[in-house]
Amino acid sequence: MTPYQTWISFYTIVRKDVVRIMRIWAQTFLPSVVTSVLYFLIFGTFLGSRIGQVQGVPYINFVVPGLVMLAVVTNSYTNSSFTMFMSKFFARNIDEILVSPTPPWVIVAGFVAGAMVRGVLIGIIVIAVSLFFTDLAVHNLAVIILFLLVTSLIFAVAGLINGVFAKSMDGINIVPTFVLTPLVYLGGVFYSTQSLPGFWGTLTKFDPIFYVINGFRYGFLGVADASLSLSFGILLFFALLFLGIAWYLIRIGLGLRQ
Amino acid sequence: MTEPALVVNNLEKTYAGESGRAGTHALAGVSLTVEKGDFFALLGPNGAGKTTLIGIVTGLVNKTGGKVSVHGVDIDTAPEKARTYIGVVPQNMNLDYFGKVSDIVVNQAGYYGIPRSVAIPRAERIFKDLGLYEKRNDQARMLSGGMMRRLMIARALIHEPQFLILDEPTAGVDVELRRSMWEYLTGLTKAGVTILLTTHYLEEAERLANKVAIINKGEIIVNGTMAEVLTMHDSLTSPGAGESGYRGGKLEEIFLQLTKEK
Repeated sequence: MTPYQTWISFYTIVRKDVVRIMRIWAQTFLPSVVTSVLYFLIFGTFLGSRIGQVQGVPYINFVVPGLVMLAVVTNSYTNSSFTMFMSKFFARNIDEILVSPTPPWVIVAGFVAGAMVRGVLIGIIVIAVSLFFTDLAVHNLAVIILFLLVTSLIFAVAGLINGVFAKSMDGINIVPTFVLTPLVYLGGVFYSTQSLPGFWGTLTKFDPIFYVINGFRYGFLGVADASLSLSFGILLFFALLFLGIAWYLIRIGLGLRQ
Repeated sequence: MTEPALVVNNLEKTYAGESGRAGTHALAGVSLTVEKGDFFALLGPNGAGKTTLIGIVTGLVNKTGGKVSVHGVDIDTAPEKARTYIGVVPQNMNLDYFGKVSDIVVNQAGYYGIPRSVAIPRAERIFKDLGLYEKRNDQARMLSGGMMRRLMIARALIHEPQFLILDEPTAGVDVELRRSMWEYLTGLTKAGVTILLTTHYLEEAERLANKVAIINKGEIIVNGTMAEVLTMHDSLTSPGAGESGYRGGKLEEIFLQLTKEK
């Protein structure tokens, strides 16, 4: 394929997914909005007024970046895992792409980009919703955008890998429920890890989502629990690692080609 | 000399067995050649290896051994280039049932690098040819089984393939639609498209195809021109074969004899 044809192929995969995401907006966007409103009400307004300030800012301003990342992580992940699983398991319409000259790396890029569109849009929507509850200051917009994109990328690719391996609906639900959600909650969404006692503080450093929240929160508040470059470096490492794994799996056709 | 549309050489496929059980040996050294412009019928009983062979050629099944080339392009060394020549209509429905008919076909063009500005008018022409035009804005799940078959043919044709593979495309399709589909596909061969067809309607294969191969238990047991294969009829069928009543066309009787003996 020429570069132009490759672009058309990539664009087609992304466009198809985005059309689907928009068509079922009540399933893709609404749940995150409702959940975020509840979080902002409970942890921001009801409990936040009692907690006071964390790291020099009102509690609601402290939790907003973490809640945005929670939505980005889960939506990016579930979008690509679900899309891959459904197209290979139920309709089997993944064959449409597999019989075409679309190279494996374009398949990966297309699925991931589609999931990133959803993840980033959800992130923007949750930020917009938070403005109804607090005035959100921006310390460094470039950092916010960078961490938003790289986080969405990592979890979109991870979801794709999950979708390739999954052999049942349980297979795509287990990781988000039993791995992703605990990692997000324990990664410092609701508290500063500086306030944790030694062992728990050290343990948190092994949670990759801690670095996601840490960097993104820095973009808003200008304070961080860990070095920004370390956070970004770790995320970049995972992004490249997952991309390599996803490309390899699609190339050999694991679970896709018999 | 031009390259054949398809060359399959000593093709092997063993499906891995589950839980330590022995795998299924689906193809055992299959070799065949489909020349450009052929209407080639690949026949065989259920489980003979037809769909496995097609899956390997189209990139949906990984082979265990052997070589395959499409229009002279080795599927191992340049799989993406080989696929540009092929359009495939699979045996089983594999549609995005919630997608619009027009989107399914235009998206398929996109996977081949064809921009929407080219694909949309081309799709509309194919829809008119296949009687799908009125349904183009419907979701695929709203179509009847026959219409879904037509949609899969439209999807396979959108990138104007030179080699069309049809894996039992008329299974479950009524007589009228089957005839109109064959008429359309015969027109394609006249336009230079090579067709590889698997079907259980052997009379149709006898009427449409100029070459035929019969596969049984993963091995090719007959391969030649339709005329050559039909000459086997008198030597294979017993003199009294027709006395118990109609038993189908010559090809059907040859098929039954050969696959039974095997």
